[in-house]
Amino acid sequence: MSVHLADVPLWAAILAAAFLVLGAGLTLLGTVGLVRLPTFYQRIHAPTLGTSWGAGGMVMASMIIFTAASGRLVLHEILIGIFVTVTTPVTLMMLGRSALYRDRSEKNPDVPLSVKSDETNDDPAQGAS
Amino acid sequence: MSETVILAAVWFAQIALALAMCLCAWRMIAGPRAQDRILALDALYLCAMLQLLAFGIRTGRTIYFEAALIIGMLGFVATVALAKFLMRGEVIE
Repeated sequence: MSVHLADVPLWAAILAAAFLVLGAGLTLLGTVGLVRLPTFYQRIHAPTLGTSWGAGGMVMASMIIFTAASGRLVLHEILIGIFVTVTTPVTLMMLGRSALYRDRSEKNPDVPLSVKSDETNDDPAQGAS
Repeated sequence: MSETVILAAVWFAQIALALAMCLCAWRMIAGPRAQDRILALDALYLCAMLQLLAFGIRTGRTIYFEAALIIGMLGFVATVALAKFLMRGEVIE
């Protein structure tokens, strides 16, 4: 399927352009954070800007343009949005856990060797507080 | 008129995403550790996917949407496999 951009009405074009600029700008901001933040555990937060509103804005712009240009509802881009939203927490949690495991196994002083609730879980005095 | 507005926005988006890909590549080369490189590769996959979406809007064809979907899936699988490798030393136990 192929559409012509000139068929898009002006209001839809301006709306889609705003979403495009928002999405691409937020993705760029996220990667700037990826480069500039000092530690890995801070850096892992930065690219999620791109996976939440970055991808969301681009997908929204694509849906608006294809819907307005073809004259019928085109929603298949939302698949990408759903997929990215579902998979990003899974990947980043696995990556964070493996980074924590590596830092702990090398006894890195910046990372606590265990969380306090892990070792005092069966202590009734701690559990009551 | 509307074509000009969309093309200007797509132009901006493609430049911004290309810059973002350069920053990801810099982090992937600089490291300092393996988990930083994997994180940068994940962000690079995302930027490539969004770049394809922007390209699909520019050309007005929906075929680039399928390519973007496949890149997203490959990025997920690759990052999970690499994180598992860092954790255990092998991907499938």
